[in-house]
This record gives sequence, C-alpha cells and structure tokens, in this order.
Amino acid sequence: MEAFGLLFHGFAVLMTWKTIALMMVGLILGVFVGVLPGLGGPNGVAILLPLTFTMDPTSAIVMLSCIYWGALFGGAITSILFNIPGEAWSVATTFDGYPMAQQGRAAEALTAAFTSSFIGSFVAVVLITFLAPGIASFALRFGPPEFFSVYLLTFCSFVGLGREDKHKTIISMALGLLLAGVGMDTVSGTLRMTFGFSDLLRGINFLVAVIGLFGISEILLTMEERLALRGHAAAISLRVVLSVWKDLPKYWITLVRSSVIGCWLGITPGGAIAASFMGYNLAKRFSKDPDSFGKGRIEGVFAPETAAHASGTAALLPMLALGIPGSGTAAILLGGLMVWGLNPGPLLFVEHKDFVWGLIASMYLGNIVGLVIVLTTVPIFASILRVPFAAIAPMIVVSCAIGAFAIQNAMFDIWLMLVFGVVGYVFKKIGIPLAPFTLALVLGSRAEDAFRLSMIGAEGDLRVFWSNWLVGSITTLAFVLLFWPLIGAAFERARRLIRPRAS
Amino acid sequence: MATPDIEIVVDDPDAPQSSSPPVAGTRSVNIVVYLLLIGLAALLAYDNWRTGMGWAPEGPEAGYFPFYLSVMLGGASLYGLVSALLSSAASDGTFVTRDQLRRVMQVFVPTLLFCLFTQWLGLYVASFLLIAGFMSFVGHIAWWKSLLTAAVFTIAMFVTFDIAFDVIMPKGPLEAALGY
Repeated sequence: MEAFGLLFHGFAVLMTWKTIALMMVGLILGVFVGVLPGLGGPNGVAILLPLTFTMDPTSAIVMLSCIYWGALFGGAITSILFNIPGEAWSVATTFDGYPMAQQGRAAEALTAAFTSSFIGSFVAVVLITFLAPGIASFALRFGPPEFFSVYLLTFCSFVGLGREDKHKTIISMALGLLLAGVGMDTVSGTLRMTFGFSDLLRGINFLVAVIGLFGISEILLTMEERLALRGHAAAISLRVVLSVWKDLPKYWITLVRSSVIGCWLGITPGGAIAASFMGYNLAKRFSKDPDSFGKGRIEGVFAPETAAHASGTAALLPMLALGIPGSGTAAILLGGLMVWGLNPGPLLFVEHKDFVWGLIASMYLGNIVGLVIVLTTVPIFASILRVPFAAIAPMIVVSCAIGAFAIQNAMFDIWLMLVFGVVGYVFKKIGIPLAPFTLALVLGSRAEDAFRLSMIGAEGDLRVFWSNWLVGSITTLAFVLLFWPLIGAAFERARRLIRPRAS
Repeated sequence: MATPDIEIVVDDPDAPQSSSPPVAGTRSVNIVVYLLLIGLAALLAYDNWRTGMGWAPEGPEAGYFPFYLSVMLGGASLYGLVSALLSSAASDGTFVTRDQLRRVMQVFVPTLLFCLFTQWLGLYVASFLLIAGFMSFVGHIAWWKSLLTAAVFTIAMFVTFDIAFDVIMPKGPLEAALGY
C-alpha cells in the first residue's frame, strides 16, 4: 500500500538525532504543561510556538505535536495522584483514578492511564495514516463553494451540537470571525475595522489571542481557587506495569469502544472533553457491575483516557486533510503551519510530502517514547507540584508575554494579550465557550475568502452552495446540524405520537 | 492493601474563604457583558457599513461579510441581554467573591505593571522584577529564594530566546549598558 511506503519515508525523515532530541524535549515540556495548574495543552503549545520560529517546519511540528502528546499524558498524573484534573479532559479520570490512589494502587492507575492513552492515540494515528491521504485527495477537487460549505459545516456543528447555550456559542463564533477580519481585506485591499489605529493594520493575531485567552485567563482563574493540595507520590515498578498489561486483553471491549467514541468526537468538533465523559459513562452503563464505578475500578481509568487521547489525536485528521482543526490545540498547530509558510489543507499532502508524513510518523514515535518517559519519570513530575504557585504564576506570565511578543515583534501584542486574558476570564465565568472563538479566529479569513470567491464565480447567486450534489449535501448537512436540537425534539415528539405507550 | 501515605502536601494559607461576601452576581456581569457586546456590534456594523456592505460588480464588498457578522453578534447578544433581564434576581449565582477578587487582583495588577515596565525597561528586567516581587510579596517566599529564582529564570530565558533561538525581545537601558 502506498501509505506504508510514505510512512516509512516519514520515519526516515525523523531518524536524525536532532529530531529525536527535539521530540524528547517536546514531550518533557508537554508533560510539564499538563501537570502544572494554569497551563494546558492549547496555551502550552501557543507559548512555546515562538521557540520553533527559527526551525525548519518538520522539526517545529514534531516538537509542537510532542508538546501536545506530553500534555495529554500529563493531565492524568495530577488527576490520579491529587484528584486535580490538570486538564478538562482528565476530569473523568479522577472518578476512579483517585480512589485507586487512595487505596494504594496509584502505580496501577497511572500505568492504566498511560497505557490506555497510548492505545487511544495509536488507534487514532492508524486512522489518520489510512484515511487522511484519501480525504485529502478527494478534497483536491474542492473549489471555493465546497470549502465554504465545509467551513459552514464546522461552524454549524459547533452551534447545533455544543452543550453550551446557543446564543453564547454564536456570540463567541461571530466575535472570532469579526476579529479575524480586522485589518487589510485580503481580496480588495481595503482597510476595515481599524478605526485609524496603525497597530490594527496587521490584524489581530490568532496566537496572541490564544495566549491571552488560555494562558493569562487561566492564571486568573487558578488564583481564585484554593491552591492547597495533598497527594500521593508514586513510583511505577516494572512488575506493576507488566501485571496491568497482562490484564489488558480482559478490557478489550472498553478499549475498542472508547477508541471509536474518541475518534468520532475528535474528527467532529466535539473534543476530548466530551469524549472522555462519554467513554466513562458508556463503560459504566455496559458494565455488569455499574455500582463499583467511582470506587477505584481500573476500567474507569481505561475508558476515559482511551477516549480522550483518541479524540485529541483524531482532531488532527481534519486539520491535515482539510485544513479544519478538530480541537483548540489543533487550531493552534494550524496557526503554526501558517507561520512557517505552509498552507494547511489538502494540497499539503501533495506539496509537502516530507512534512506531512514526518508529522504522522512522529505521532507513532512520539507516543511510544512518551509512554516510556512518563512510566519512568512519574515521581519527578508529581513533585513539580511542590513548587508553590506563587513561583509558577509569574513565570507563566513572562512566558506568555515572550510568546505574544515574538510572533510579530510588537509591544502592542503584549497589551492585546492582557486584554484577551481579561476577556477570557470573564467569558469562562459566564459560560461563553472559547473553542468556537479560537476556531473562528483561525478559519475566519479563509472562510470569508472562500465565500467571496464563490460569490465572484457565481456572480452573486447564493444557489452556488447547492449547485452540485457534493456542495449541496455538505451545505444541507450544515443546516441540519445547526437546527439539530429542534430536529431532534421533533423526532422525539413524532416517535411519541406513533408509539404513545412505549416508554 | 497498603495504607496510602500522603507524600506531597502544599498548603494555601490565604486561600479565598467560601464565606466571603459576593462582589458581583452573575446576572449583573452578564448584563454588562451583553451591553458591551451590543455596543461593539453596533460600532463594527457602522464601520463596515461605511466601508461598504453591498455588492460591487466583482462580488461582495469588503464590509459585506463582517457587517452581517456584526448583525449576528448584536442579535445573539440582545437575546442574551433580554434573557438575563428576564431571569429572576433570586436565582442569581455569584460571579466573584471579595476574597476571590482580591486574589485575582494580586495577579492582575502585577501583570499590568509588568506590561508597563516591559515597555520602559525591556522584557528581561521587567520579568525579573515581576517574579522576584510576586514570589516575595504575594507568595511570602524568602527574599533570597525569590531573587535567586527570578535571576535564574530571567537569565535562562535570555539565553534560550535571544542567544540560542534568535528570538529578539524588547530591551531597555540595562541591556544597552551591557552591550546587547
């Protein structure tokens, strides 16, 4: 198969000491980011992005994606040992992971978490390897109307399928799209929404916004809480690892189910958080003994971790194949691609084979190396939490500022970061979701260009979005998803009318 | 089963008390945010209308796309404003308590000062001041530990970014005196 050959080529690209070293550095930084309170996957990647500006794109993406894997691994450590989820997607891991630690089975729980993380991402990477090239070559036939309908689909599914209030999702998305439009209009060259400020001519940089929204606001939110913590410190011995692995085949149904859920939710913009809860709940529902969940059952660690990682990894599939990120972190990696002068989307598979397959190969290798690193170094990472937050918080602030400044060498961006920090803090507290904002900001100008190019091609006729079966079905699907809550309710009512007594 | 021994303990003596009185309710913050968003939407809509929101011979004008987005933003915020106004004040949640606000300000004010100092003194001096100041005054950590941590971190950042990776940060009089 062609994919195998290309994948081996990808491994060949990776097998240099420099790349392997960068991979290790990325993984270790990532686990740090995952363990520390007030730093998460998205802002960890955003803050460390400037480090990669002077690297070649392949090394840069390898390092950044490894930070991402590391953050995924790291979230589990604090969940299990301290009952503090380092990341939102590891909340479900605390349900059974922390009770296990309390019973003195911390090592077992950690091994289970890391192993299932590995399995989840592995399944998703295999999916990417075989599906992404196909989707990309299919998408090569897309014209502007098709691309716009795919963007529309992404935005509509956020509104229709998200669990937040609909008007809040719309606010977040519209604001993101609007801010993406600030500055020079790419089609006509007209200035808009700059109000005469020369600093706004450059537009509002996506990464600056992300650093503020996720980095600074997270620090403000963390300070609000009680920062005291008590936890277990655990080293993992080889004996425990082997005994957990020996039992793995018993839980294959849970692992497969969670992987499937994760892959599906990762590709659609649902995200790792939803996937981890769904994986946990389904494992509980299908279990013969649902009451034992929440009291330290190893399956309760396997299920959410597998799903979260499958989803976090699968989120990269639409990013690589279509240029549409499936998660916040994927959106930031996409922002990185643009900084290095690569144009995300299906053409990537044709024009930058080395880059794409190097990245995919690094997902395999990064996960294996990551598993080994976390299994061997857990005690070191757990002890990071001994460092008082008063020392960590200002360091994170400085790192954020360095990251924000380095993107465009502009002092204005540091101020912008601070503003976004306050906005992010308020939005999070009143429940306006930030993920749609991030996605809209990164996709905004491309969505607008696609819309205007299709309008120019069709001479202003909106029917272009239904002009052939492909674009027509994507656009229709977008509207179905947008009104999904209403459609779902209608179905429910119709079913009750047909079978009134079936409850 | 082995008795679990707690090995890592970190205390937080001045954590916000749960009994602390609320400073602002979620409902009032909601109303203020929606009003601001409506204002922003109106401002952007006006600007895009001025730029041109119609159709030129070669397709939509520059203001077309953002104009309708500002209409959407305004509409959704208006909906939010009305539903916030209609919600009963009794079921209102707490947005922030006094203790929480105090803690948030403990980070926000230093961060603001840090941004100001970066403008005048350069990023590295500002970051040294921020870390040392925050650790000793907010974190009550011994002054020598604070100074040492701040110096080590700042120098490490300088070496990593300015020297190793060639990412140039804003600099002030101190760096100029040292010849960078």
